[in-house]
Amino acid sequence: MTAARLSVSNLSWSPKRTPLLHPTSFDLAPGRVLGVVGPNGAGKTTLLRLLYRFHKPLTGTVCIDGHDIWALPAKSAAQRVAAVLQEHPSDFALTVADIVALGRTPHRRGFVGNTGARDRQIIDQAIDRLDLNGLTHRHLGTLSGGERQRVMVARALAQDPQLLILDEPTNHLDIRHQLEVLDLIRTLPLTIVTSLHDLNLAADVCDDILILQDGRTIGFGAPDAVLTEAAVSNTFHVTARREHLSRSDTTHLTFHL
Amino acid sequence: MTRATHIPTAPRRTGRTPALWLGSVVVLVASLSCAISVGAVGVPMGTVWGVILNKLSPDLIEATWRPTREAIVWDIRFPRALLAMMVGAGLAMVGASLQAVTRNPLSDPHLLGISSGGAFGAILALLHTGLFLGLLTVPLMAFLGALLATAIVLGVSRFADATSADRLVLAGVAVSFIIMAAANVLIFLADPRATHTVVFWMLGGLGLAQWSQLIYPLVILVGCAAWLMLRARDLNAMTVGDETASTLGIPVARFRLSVFIAGALITGVMVAFSGIIGFVGLMVPHVARMIVGGDYTRVLPFSALLGAVFLLWADIAARTVMAPEDMPIGIITGLIGGVFFVWLLRRKPALA
Repeated sequence: MTAARLSVSNLSWSPKRTPLLHPTSFDLAPGRVLGVVGPNGAGKTTLLRLLYRFHKPLTGTVCIDGHDIWALPAKSAAQRVAAVLQEHPSDFALTVADIVALGRTPHRRGFVGNTGARDRQIIDQAIDRLDLNGLTHRHLGTLSGGERQRVMVARALAQDPQLLILDEPTNHLDIRHQLEVLDLIRTLPLTIVTSLHDLNLAADVCDDILILQDGRTIGFGAPDAVLTEAAVSNTFHVTARREHLSRSDTTHLTFHL
Repeated sequence: MTRATHIPTAPRRTGRTPALWLGSVVVLVASLSCAISVGAVGVPMGTVWGVILNKLSPDLIEATWRPTREAIVWDIRFPRALLAMMVGAGLAMVGASLQAVTRNPLSDPHLLGISSGGAFGAILALLHTGLFLGLLTVPLMAFLGALLATAIVLGVSRFADATSADRLVLAGVAVSFIIMAAANVLIFLADPRATHTVVFWMLGGLGLAQWSQLIYPLVILVGCAAWLMLRARDLNAMTVGDETASTLGIPVARFRLSVFIAGALITGVMVAFSGIIGFVGLMVPHVARMIVGGDYTRVLPFSALLGAVFLLWADIAARTVMAPEDMPIGIITGLIGGVFFVWLLRRKPALA
């Protein structure tokens, strides 16, 4: 697993007339974790979709180690960028092993694409890392939300990407599973972009924070520098206070109407 | 988090897989034998295989049977059974593939209006335009009709802002009604003497099977089935979701369109030769998934096998229930399919 540099320059997108993302630029060094935060409809999902090559940019480029992802064939881009999204299949009787194996899709050569020994090894490692060994023959539909999330992350890791995109990875997870996912984000040796709702979690796990509001970048940088009381209060239309937690000796944001 | 000891994942249930496939092929061959043997005039199994082996390699077995028996086996029942197998296998594979790309377990060429489109094209050729391209006219027009229906379904789903895969099926049902209405207008406007056969054909039947024409469904089926098999893993990815499939490097919109076109090809040619045989594409893939799991590299071939067996037996039923009359096979599959549908709804209350 190697991490790549992500360079986003002048990136914008609009479905018709109203732009959902105004020109945005930032640079993410290899191995760093970027948290994208903002209120609903701020353009978080749009930005992520541009990064995982689902939307074609209106202007600007997304470069992975200097390669524009739209200049690359779809398969080559998919070998570099993996995404864990909110989509969950249920009715098709695919097992956990089947789903994780999907991660090898962009690496298949030729038509038949036999699952070679190397593919097998990568799949097994992904299953190991997400602690799914006991579940490989279970159908996805029979798993809990946390287990499904782990399966989807394992599938993304089987893709052997350099950049990992996560869309609200802690959604619908209980506290323990949230912490596990965050722990995983911290330890993966990949460049990671994740959208997060919980600002305190974001501040805790991310190296950099990007705040979006109405498709515009409000701030980009280290969590302490970006998640100021003023910026958070203005963006989310609340009164935010940074409090100091004496027992854990950390700062914590609280919100009031 | 990585552990020092590497525990390999348990292999898939490979132990029983070869036995399962072998068993299914045996069942298929046995069903084929029964389908040729059973009928208004019973033909012993020995004669069935004697005739077939003799035709494949002349003078292999001494012909101890009467020529009329040989004609029944070789000219009537064998091509009919082959057509049944092709139609069953084809419709089942189309159903399985459409279910993946629409991500809806209720997708079926019949419900999506593709069969109706095929019937419309075939009726147009049979009753109005005449066979201006010879034997190819009906299959070709059926394919064009199926393709047109597919285009309309995709267009309507876009127009109705239902581009999400799951709402495609609703668009399909709506379009299916409209096209059937149009097809009925064609029948209504046609020469009343000709309409009887067309109405009967539309109910589904394999009685028109002839050696000289089997090549068309065979070529289409083998070609499309091979292509679908090559894309089986992409079909797996499509069941997860459009965006996830796209992050795996699959050109989602183009792939879905290609699968629809392959589906229209198979459905069109099968409708041209056998009328509308519904619910095979809906039902068979579900049963296949229960037996071999959800991986399309196994779902597709197993659906084909199961579909072939199912239609052989449905045809046996169609020929024997009201013997010597042929009952339209569409009635049999519709009856079984409808009951299956109800059972499916009961089993999964939160379906679709």
